Amino acid sequence: MNNILVTKGVTKQYGEHLALNKVSLEIPKNSIYGLLGPNGAGKTTLIRIINQITFPDSGEVYFDGEPLKAEHISSIGYLPEERGLYKKMKVGEQALYLAQLKGLSKSDAKSRLKYWFERLEIGDWWNKKVQELSKGMAQKVQFIVTVLHEPKLLIFDEPFSGFDPINANIIKDEILTLKEKGASIIFSTHRMESVEELCEYIALIHQSEKILDGKLSDIKKAYKNNTFQIGLELVQDEVFIEEISSKFDVSFLKYNKDDKQLDFKVHLPSGDSKEMLAYLSSKANINRFVEIIPSANEIFIKNVQDKGGHE
Amino acid sequence: MNKLGLIIKREYLAKVRNKSFVVMTFLSPILMVGMVVLIAYLTKINDNERQVVGVLNESDFFTHDFVGEEGTSYLHFSNISLETAKDSAASMGYIGLLHIPENSDLEELALQSFFYTKETPSTAIIDKIEGVFNDRLRLNRLQELGVSVQDFATMEKRFELKTATFGGQKNLKGINEIKAFIGGGFGYLIMMFIIIYGGFVMRSVIEEKTSRIIEVIISSVKPFHLMLGKIIGTSLAGVTQFAIWIVSASLLLLVTFSIFNIDPSALNATANLTNGMTGDIAPQVPTIDKTMQLYAQELFDIPWVMLISFFVIYFVLGYLIYSSIYAAIGAAVDSETDTQQFIFPIILPLMLAIYVGFFSVFSNPHGPIAVGFSLFPLTSPIVMLMRLPGGIGEGGVPIWQVFTSIILLIITFVAIVWLAAKIYRVGILMYGKKPTYKELWKWLKY
Repeated sequence: MNNILVTKGVTKQYGEHLALNKVSLEIPKNSIYGLLGPNGAGKTTLIRIINQITFPDSGEVYFDGEPLKAEHISSIGYLPEERGLYKKMKVGEQALYLAQLKGLSKSDAKSRLKYWFERLEIGDWWNKKVQELSKGMAQKVQFIVTVLHEPKLLIFDEPFSGFDPINANIIKDEILTLKEKGASIIFSTHRMESVEELCEYIALIHQSEKILDGKLSDIKKAYKNNTFQIGLELVQDEVFIEEISSKFDVSFLKYNKDDKQLDFKVHLPSGDSKEMLAYLSSKANINRFVEIIPSANEIFIKNVQDKGGHE
Repeated sequence: MNKLGLIIKREYLAKVRNKSFVVMTFLSPILMVGMVVLIAYLTKINDNERQVVGVLNESDFFTHDFVGEEGTSYLHFSNISLETAKDSAASMGYIGLLHIPENSDLEELALQSFFYTKETPSTAIIDKIEGVFNDRLRLNRLQELGVSVQDFATMEKRFELKTATFGGQKNLKGINEIKAFIGGGFGYLIMMFIIIYGGFVMRSVIEEKTSRIIEVIISSVKPFHLMLGKIIGTSLAGVTQFAIWIVSASLLLLVTFSIFNIDPSALNATANLTNGMTGDIAPQVPTIDKTMQLYAQELFDIPWVMLISFFVIYFVLGYLIYSSIYAAIGAAVDSETDTQQFIFPIILPLMLAIYVGFFSVFSNPHGPIAVGFSLFPLTSPIVMLMRLPGGIGEGGVPIWQVFTSIILLIITFVAIVWLAAKIYRVGILMYGKKPTYKELWKWLKY
């Protein structure tokens, strides 16, 4: 089995509202899987189904090859988007309680918590009450509680919200370390820059349906349209500019007379860049020749807009 | 089960460690004892303040009728004029002067008598004086009709109907009320506990929602376990509080009684005084003691073990039913201010039970209303407990009624907990809007 989690035709209806419509996903082991989609698309419902907080009306969910059942809860770590802690409880006591609810013994939970509190440099918070902590501090505690029982599958719903950039980086590094240690990670967000950085696979959910999924690099390849960004230092005079404009599908042309710098985009229908390169190298010095790959953000927006209905 | 234990422990500790819980627990008995002491003290002051009425009696009647009694004393003037008597009564701070002029005809004399006062007199003192006149007038009128003093005394003897059950057990007047009152005490305790601790459960659910910890928790445990753990943990905190109260209150009462030297049995002593005016007091005392003894015997005969066992059964079932409704309400709303419309329908049956209990069960513990409400699951914990001190079986609550009410209660308990758990499960993850009853109905089908 190469997939940690598989959903087959998962459908969930709340009264009149169809929250998930036949969503099938395959989440490979030891990967970071981005679950993307606009607000209200159905991501949270799907995650709650994986966590057995709610149950699908139809469809199946398999965890590590077996149909999902109650025992799997101890193999899943979930950091919900709507997260908090008991305000009046002490940090250490609370972390111990939550860890024990996940099935850890008290002594085991204690030693692991000590390790993580040291690691994230929050050791002296143990006896503080949660209401004395800032939002970012509380988030660190929540992160620790999520990963403490070393689950096979980690689900992070908007993990970086509430963190300042420095702490967001610390958490990002921790997530990558967890992946290296063998965990599989589902990462739900609409912050595309973190998707670009972290995710190997993505699925896009929109209006209760999965509209796109697969390896991020494959998806990007599929969405590129053979456009290249080119920068030249001209040797000849400006006649060349007219020649190139008539010969190729050029756009966004920009010429700086002083240092003879020409920048432009070109669309090559065949996708073959050899001919273009050969032509250019005979006429000018090439500074830059880059294929434009769409960002995850662009793919996201394009898909959502094509489907319409995003409010 | 292990997780349920963890939840119960956390809920219990969270409640017990709460500052307001600690303050309430230790302050309430002090306040309660303080109230008792204050009332005892005020009663004592009230008793000490005696009203003095001056009496200027120029007639031959009423020479021995106006004697001092509880709270009032009479001071007799003689051989002075009415004006002097009025002046001296006023100057000495008496509340008034009763003037009985000289007249050989009692009827006329009564009409001529006058009560002069500083301020408008209280009805109590007027009644007292009028009572003396009326008694005397009645005796006089009967004597004129030829009734002798002995005949009058015979006539005045009051009849008391003796009652007994078919089985020949002797009934005591008012014992039903006393028994119902004891049961009422238990019922009232259940109602207070449900309202106070049901509220705690509800607030605790709302707190988990507003602090957004709820989703973290229910990704580890089933919502049903969380709800159950919360209800049990909170109620254990309540039991702790009641235990502390009962122990400390009784200790404090003992201490205060010994300090103020109040004899608790003296609280009943006033009952003896009402017979004061009929004359021969001495022979009556043993009868009263005997009656008291019968009452004591009757109270002693109340099946306390049975009563307390049933109290526990009805308490547990009633509390579980109501607190799961409270938990469901807490889950349905976002803040405590939104709970009003849902709370009222819960309080209603509780209030109804208490009022029906005090009005209907007291007057007729086995009437149709009492039976009906002691079978209806939402009111039975309170109403049945008010009926139970009369015993079970012959002369008391029929066994089938007790069983029916407990079985109905268990069925209701299962149904309500099931429904509440459904609402709870959906509600805890719903944010932002106050649901209507219609939406709650829809949640049941999710």
